[in-house]
Amino acid sequence: MKFTEEHEWLLLDGDIATVGITAHAAEALGDLVFIELPEVGETVSKDDAIVVIESVKAASDILAPLDGEIVEVNEALVDGPTEVNEDPLGNGWIFKIKVADASDMENMMEEAAYNAFIA
Amino acid sequence: MTDLLKTALTELHQELGAKLVPFAGYEMPVQYPMGVLGEHNHTRTEAGLFDVSHMGQVILRPKNGTLRDAALALETLIPQDVADLEEDRQRYGFFTNDTGGILDDLMFANRGDHLFLVVNAACKDQDIAHMQAHLSDVCELTVITDRALIALQGPKAEAALETLIPGVAAMKFMDVLTASYNGAEFWISRSGYTGEDGYEISLPNSVAEDFTRALLNHEDVAPIGLGARDSLRLEGGLCLYGNDIDETTSPIEAALIWAIQKVRRTDGARAGGFPGAEQILEHITNGAERKRVGLRPDGRAPMRAGTVIFADETTTTPLGTVTSGGFGPTVGGPISMAYLTKSSAAKDTTVFAEVRGKRMPAIVCALPFTPANFKR
Repeated sequence: MKFTEEHEWLLLDGDIATVGITAHAAEALGDLVFIELPEVGETVSKDDAIVVIESVKAASDILAPLDGEIVEVNEALVDGPTEVNEDPLGNGWIFKIKVADASDMENMMEEAAYNAFIA
Repeated sequence: MTDLLKTALTELHQELGAKLVPFAGYEMPVQYPMGVLGEHNHTRTEAGLFDVSHMGQVILRPKNGTLRDAALALETLIPQDVADLEEDRQRYGFFTNDTGGILDDLMFANRGDHLFLVVNAACKDQDIAHMQAHLSDVCELTVITDRALIALQGPKAEAALETLIPGVAAMKFMDVLTASYNGAEFWISRSGYTGEDGYEISLPNSVAEDFTRALLNHEDVAPIGLGARDSLRLEGGLCLYGNDIDETTSPIEAALIWAIQKVRRTDGARAGGFPGAEQILEHITNGAERKRVGLRPDGRAPMRAGTVIFADETTTTPLGTVTSGGFGPTVGGPISMAYLTKSSAAKDTTVFAEVRGKRMPAIVCALPFTPANFKR
């Protein structure tokens, strides 16, 4: 699992990365009450705002962590966005992206580096 | 950060794992480990304990010993019936300004030989100065600084408080009681700001932590932060001063006409005589051009404060603006309060709110969003 400075995690399987937000980010946001997911099939570029999440406190964007194509979204979050708070690294995954260039992930943080980053 | 004020319970909040934030100059708990949604639901189904010690507590005592004279003096600043308020009863009111806007909202109680007022934290300095300037000929004004204020709200509040203070179960909504606990004097009202039955309790700072711990020892009682307080009051259709009411909103626009008793309206025995009376009484007679209403967004996206409302998907002239909005956990969806033009404020009207550049439909609805559970 890799981590970004935008508090996302990525888990690569072949050329498909599953993406979610970290437990630290979920904790800071508070209980999620709304999520707007990207379209499956959408081609996105790194740093595009592709997901809107709203917590009890405020709205935030989730940025595409790299270039690619959205191949699946976690529809269960539409009716149950608090899954992101309850299981951010598991059932609270948000979308799967077909990665255009897997070498983009090489510069991302490992877990230890991310933990140091948020410390 | 500048020095934030603490309440008698700040250390307890920290011990309970609260996330503390600056609020109206105080360091206040916004949420506890249970989280905003859990705390909201706990208050609706069990009992929630809130520290509201940041609010202002003020006593008005008549200099001549006649309470009615203090009540009539306060009536020069607020459009409520104070003089006929019975002993040990409380009422909701608001200070108005010369243009008919609202300077602050408040609770006031007749406690026999004095009036007891609770005002908003962010407005209390100006409220106190306002009263000093206008009431000091008739009233001796005392600002209470040695007492905490806590609220216990929810369907289990009565049973929980009764175990510590026998007699409170017999109180009705807006009743006021003086009680004793371990020798300390408590001022209790059956009221609150969540839409639930419950109590607000003024108690000496010296016993506040012990008493709060005793309440929290009750299995149904959990501490609740300002985050859930906001979603609870929003579902309850209750105004947040500074958001839903302010110096530019008349009480009639704000749909608070119910809080202006007939005796203060045109043809009443003590009609007018408060700041902005001309404007406010004119609004009562002829209606206001805009009105505070409830909105139920179609879909799940919350429409928050500042969201602009339109009649359809294309017009550029707005109908109004959302003043409070978010997710209503008990409603199970997004809810908002907004000011809309008179012609668009009728129940079941479809309007469009611009959220992130998109016009999203919403339905005008009655307030509150969740039925009030007061003990009448």
